[in-house]
Amino acid sequence: MYAKDYHDLGTPVTNGESVTLEIDGATITVPAGTSIMRAAALADHDVPKLCATDTLRQFGSCRVCLVEIEGRKGFPASCTTEVTAGMKVRTQSEALAKMRRGVLELYVSEHPMGTCDDASRCELEKLAGEHGIGESRFAGPKTARHVHTPKPVDASNPYFSFDNDSCIVCSRCVRACEETQGTYALTVQGRGLQSRIVASQNDPFLESECVSCGACVEACPTGALMEKSVITAGLPQQAFPTTCAYCGVGCALIAEVTDGAVSRMVPNRDGRANQGHACVKGRFAYGYATHADRVTKPLIRKSITDDWREVSWDEAIDYAASEFKRIQAKHGRDSIGGITSSRCTNEETFLVQKLVRAAFGTNNVDTCARVCHSPTGYGLKHTLGESAGTQEFVSVQHADVIMVIGASPTEAHPVFASQMKRRLRAGAKLIVVDPRAIPLVKSPHVEADYHLRLLPGTNVAIINALAHVVVTEGLTRDDYVAERCEKDSWEKWKKFVADPINSPEAMEPITGVKAELIRGAARLYARGPNGAIYYGLGVTEHSQGSTMVMGIANLAMATGNLGREGVGVSPLRGQNNVQGSCDMGSFPHEFSGYRHVSDDATRALFESMWKVQLGNEPGLRIPNMFEAALDGSFKGMYIQGEDLAQSDPNTSHVTAALSALECLVIQDIFHNETAKYAHVFLPGSSFLEKDGTFTNAERRISRVRKVIEPLAGLADWEVTVRLSNAMGYPMSYRHPSEIMDEIAALTPTFTGVTFEKIDRLGSIQWPCNAKAPEGTPTMHVGQFVRGKGKFYVTAYVPTTERTSSKYPLLLTTGRVLTQYNVGAQTRRTQNLAWHSEDRLELHPHDAEARGIDHGDWVGVTSRAGDTVLRVEITERVAPGVVYTTFHFPESGANLITTENSDWATNCPEYKVTAVQVVKVAQPAAWQRRRQAAMPASPRRRRAPREESPVG
Amino acid sequence: MANDIAAFFDAEPDKVAAAEGVRFHISRYWEPRMRRAIIAHVQNGASGLTPTARAAIEKLTPVA
Repeated sequence: MYAKDYHDLGTPVTNGESVTLEIDGATITVPAGTSIMRAAALADHDVPKLCATDTLRQFGSCRVCLVEIEGRKGFPASCTTEVTAGMKVRTQSEALAKMRRGVLELYVSEHPMGTCDDASRCELEKLAGEHGIGESRFAGPKTARHVHTPKPVDASNPYFSFDNDSCIVCSRCVRACEETQGTYALTVQGRGLQSRIVASQNDPFLESECVSCGACVEACPTGALMEKSVITAGLPQQAFPTTCAYCGVGCALIAEVTDGAVSRMVPNRDGRANQGHACVKGRFAYGYATHADRVTKPLIRKSITDDWREVSWDEAIDYAASEFKRIQAKHGRDSIGGITSSRCTNEETFLVQKLVRAAFGTNNVDTCARVCHSPTGYGLKHTLGESAGTQEFVSVQHADVIMVIGASPTEAHPVFASQMKRRLRAGAKLIVVDPRAIPLVKSPHVEADYHLRLLPGTNVAIINALAHVVVTEGLTRDDYVAERCEKDSWEKWKKFVADPINSPEAMEPITGVKAELIRGAARLYARGPNGAIYYGLGVTEHSQGSTMVMGIANLAMATGNLGREGVGVSPLRGQNNVQGSCDMGSFPHEFSGYRHVSDDATRALFESMWKVQLGNEPGLRIPNMFEAALDGSFKGMYIQGEDLAQSDPNTSHVTAALSALECLVIQDIFHNETAKYAHVFLPGSSFLEKDGTFTNAERRISRVRKVIEPLAGLADWEVTVRLSNAMGYPMSYRHPSEIMDEIAALTPTFTGVTFEKIDRLGSIQWPCNAKAPEGTPTMHVGQFVRGKGKFYVTAYVPTTERTSSKYPLLLTTGRVLTQYNVGAQTRRTQNLAWHSEDRLELHPHDAEARGIDHGDWVGVTSRAGDTVLRVEITERVAPGVVYTTFHFPESGANLITTENSDWATNCPEYKVTAVQVVKVAQPAAWQRRRQAAMPASPRRRRAPREESPVG
Repeated sequence: MANDIAAFFDAEPDKVAAAEGVRFHISRYWEPRMRRAIIAHVQNGASGLTPTARAAIEKLTPVA
């Protein structure tokens, strides 16, 4: 059942010409193609319904929604009958009431009144009540409910239960699983009175292919599928529209509250990014916000070997400020710095970089985007002129060919993946470029036309080979390029990629991909006519990450695939506010809006508003800060919402640098790995505890709204304000909207953004200014932001991280659906039921050669370090390639990744590490100690089918 | 790192332009103490640097 107070119009919206008709004497005009049911609901003459809901295509099975149409015989179903001009409809009559009562009585015979504990949650019982039905004349031993084989309630899923006896087999859940989610996990088993809903092959939900997106629960009209939280807490009393705090899709959600606590999270059907859908993380995994591990009191200690001491906010802030001042007095202004977080709001991120630049007086500020999408900013800025994706998500519905490079949307961006799969089912072609057989390569009703299964580290070789085919086979859009791109750069690039050294045949030994596959994929993409590229960290986290981003932009420009719907270059951002944290001036070389600190006019603008002199030299990046800490010139850090000790590569190097600091101030909601090296711990606030905005991968700015009070008393932005004041630089914001007003005043792409406008429009895609007062869904329409698009020559330079006899396998890393990044949030939810440990994926050939069986412990050794993981033998990875996730600190995945990084941005090369894998008897000693220290939990591992369709 | 940057710009056929690309990149993105260190490294023999990287750093504006 959907959100509190939602008016369900019964069938989806349509976009035809206007049609005027009469319903119960009222005149109404709706688009052609609209159902009578929807038109009637829009006219506030709702027709009773059971199998219809406005998120799903009309089905016409329940026969409750019958109406009368003047001049027509019979009683057509209003859900499947479209309006016509001049039509006169009656939704209420004695004949209709009699038929509806008869149909409802049949349903009630299977689902007697009172079956659902709370009739207000059951559309059938409400409807039956409204029609004066108490008991069914048809109830008895032969009716459906009683001849069903008795089946206990399926409570296997941690978040919802399925009660077969409450089910009326309306198929809304089955259709939601197909149409909304695209997983096809549910079906109707049996016929006639024996019909019932089953998951997979009549498996418990947890054991089935179900990915726990919750679309079926939302669609269910009775209490058959119900959130356990609602069963426990009762129906919600309040609702707060907000934005998800997980991945870069940035789903619009509604947080529903019962007795002061969040009791349910549902997707907002007005949300442009998610189109009314959510995933297992956004919908269900919010329990971390009130987990017992939350730190709610400020803590300080002199030395990292001391015990923490609980103190007041004032004492903690004063201590942090006095330490920073002491360090600067002794070691200089540039001896300290700060890190902003992609998990915090735009307003909080803006404040942290302002604190560093204005209060600390240095440009030593960086953000966690350094380790994920910094090459996106660099590559797209240089080629197209703006450090952001070019499309909105709905653009994918107009794509003819979709190329997914180094990303696994069904695992990392599941709600967008559902939209993409809908388009693929409608006939769009698919090219996957990935070392691993990601689920999109083959899943129900989706199969890639080409899977370019390249060796890790050879992205640029592939993009050049694709471009070679496009250029040498005359597939370029020369008219488009002549009008919109720099001629010299085009000529230079064309000559470069046409060189036989870039041909698919020449690249085949390097990439491991058959030349004919590359040629076929290039032709398919170029001929589109609409070719859209979506990419992820499998592009950016390489020593040539920025080169690859530029290579992608080159290819899109050359084929005319930028500047309209259905095409584009779209980075799938890892965290909810990666785009926003970059936009807000978190990088050490630029202010908000991507303007370099050496630009005198920009700096003067900031100096005038901030009333302080600002530095004109770039500051240190995160890895530079580590080096400076180790050489003794960097002594203090303020880190908001980032766990460097777990997320950054070569953990030993990171922890050595953190240990060398004289004052490390951490602001987080949990004691994370980095906190082990901290001197001050400032309790953070979750997204439920504050107001602000997030900006998703589409450049969409959406509101985050305070649902509950901050557990530690202060929202994150308030903590930064206090720290700034203690540092002697006054800040006096009363609400995050005032911070956004300052951002708008200082940032040309945000000049039209206010909280009031976001509230009014629902969300805004920047640029939002005088030229585009309501935002910009598609960028580079007509011309590129930089004026003429610029091609860059992108020679393939092999990574220095190569296999050898000592390290013969290549390790690459990624995510699973049910866990998120370093796992700080999802490890503290029941998502552990699906994935409770990181595993190493190993090809059967490599396993056999090493005598390794499924489930064995294996030692994984690289040039940087070693760890022990449990192994999963699968053909998802190719021979010679191994794969793991990094959600659990005890897996030590980043002990083995190296410090290799992108030449332009220092983004770490997480995706390529040469390793050896050997069978061992047990985890390493440090892992065993860590496991022993963890509280026991009812963990077990289930892999939803979405994650493992191949191999 | 300077060599990695040079490896990208070395695709440029004009070697003077390649070195200028490296110089501009380092001046835009490297913090002053890093630029100071690489300039000192070149002054001390430039061990390990590629020709393009070395040419670029020799043209870097000295850091105060």
